[in-house]
Amino acid sequence: MLTIDQLSLQLPVYASWWKREWTTCLDKLSLHFSAGEVHAVVGASGAGKSLLAYAMMGLLPTPARLNGQLYYQGSPLDRPRQRQLRGRELALIPQSLNALDPLVRTQRQVAWAAQRSGQPSKSARHAAQLALDHYQLDARAQQAYAHELSGGMARRVLTAMAHVSQAQLVIADEPSVGLDPHQRQRVLAALRELADQGKTVILITHDLRHALPIADRVTIMRHGKQVETAAASAFQGNGDSLTAVYSQALWQALPDNSFSIRGTRKAQQDIQKEANVA
Amino acid sequence: MLEARELSFQFSPGVSLLQAVSLTLSAGQWVGLSGDSGAGKSTLGKLLAGYVTPQAGHISLDGEALPSRGLQPVQWLPQSPELAVNPRWRVGKILREAWAPSNAQCQAFGIQPGWLSRFPHALSGGELQRVCVLRALAPGVRFLIADEISTMLDPITQLELWQALKQEAEKRQLGVLVISHDTALLERLCPQRYHLHDGQLTSWSAE
Repeated sequence: MLTIDQLSLQLPVYASWWKREWTTCLDKLSLHFSAGEVHAVVGASGAGKSLLAYAMMGLLPTPARLNGQLYYQGSPLDRPRQRQLRGRELALIPQSLNALDPLVRTQRQVAWAAQRSGQPSKSARHAAQLALDHYQLDARAQQAYAHELSGGMARRVLTAMAHVSQAQLVIADEPSVGLDPHQRQRVLAALRELADQGKTVILITHDLRHALPIADRVTIMRHGKQVETAAASAFQGNGDSLTAVYSQALWQALPDNSFSIRGTRKAQQDIQKEANVA
Repeated sequence: MLEARELSFQFSPGVSLLQAVSLTLSAGQWVGLSGDSGAGKSTLGKLLAGYVTPQAGHISLDGEALPSRGLQPVQWLPQSPELAVNPRWRVGKILREAWAPSNAQCQAFGIQPGWLSRFPHALSGGELQRVCVLRALAPGVRFLIADEISTMLDPITQLELWQALKQEAEKRQLGVLVISHDTALLERLCPQRYHLHDGQLTSWSAE
């Protein structure tokens, strides 16, 4: 469905007003996302997860230096094609809830998303209505402005927008941040459902524990590099079936597991060594 | 000892958020507080830190009222660090707002020297959160209210933050109230745990 081949990304950093340096934010990433799966991309903050999403959507800031190739359904995905497919075949559920238009009511907003994917306005309105009902947004929420929605509702509106655009590839950037357990469950279930309809869902999150129940495969990222891609089922027990020390440490550090890093100093040295080799 | 007796609080008349809630936090004690969103967990935290005044009941520190000025011995650590720092100050100045932490302390919290010359927006949420936690550990501080401080962190960073805080708290006998949705985390950190529901506190243990 979507293949990333040796993708590297550099962004400028201004050490002072006049001194520009380049930092490597993504380092030779190669990944494949297939249809019908939820692929979780997990990493600490600053690992480059969101930048990966922007690179796939073609939403990087202008000065970014991007190397490597993206392929969507077999053919190269360059900037013009990204622009053409964005909002139609590719959809992003952004991290920030500010992505909603503050001047438009929910219903209209979702209908716009449907229209953007090429549906005539009447059927777009119908599709929007269905999607809103499906995500259990009641009549009050449908007539509400963005600031009147709770965090969970706003997330569901954004998910509904991705749903009606009939996108084949949905990238969800930290969809469960700031939600209580009940709401988080609902949002994640909605993503699983999209995958079950045959779409590709890329779930970007720092929250390994809650990504696992819905994910098929998990890619662990650290400092812009891919540490490991494993089946979600590999995360169990002591995490012995994971190959990288860092992913094992990530798994072990969860409060439901040992809430410790085995031989912390040794583990950290190993993680460092692993990073140097990669 | 930080003691809250029969606290009641409501935002608007008739809608009561907390009803006669009592809670004590002694030096060196870790207490966990869970509850649904909107249950009033954060409000209880803010009441204890003196950010909000209760309509009934009172809060005392070693039998006296909380000081009205100067460094507060009860510090509240908010959920989103971005909103708790001055965006026009560099991180170094933010960190030294109340006291000057030593290099070793910075290291324990994983704060790198390079961050100090940056502005807050150039740090990630997790990095900024660690700065905010260390900033609140000034010598006069005796109690911490940690309101969902590790929600946005990955497991390893979360673990490191809690380990550093635990060490510091043990050394200085800080009392800590940990507010979180994450019951597994509370079980790990706090021997004593409460659940806030319908304005009432109930004590709970591991299932």
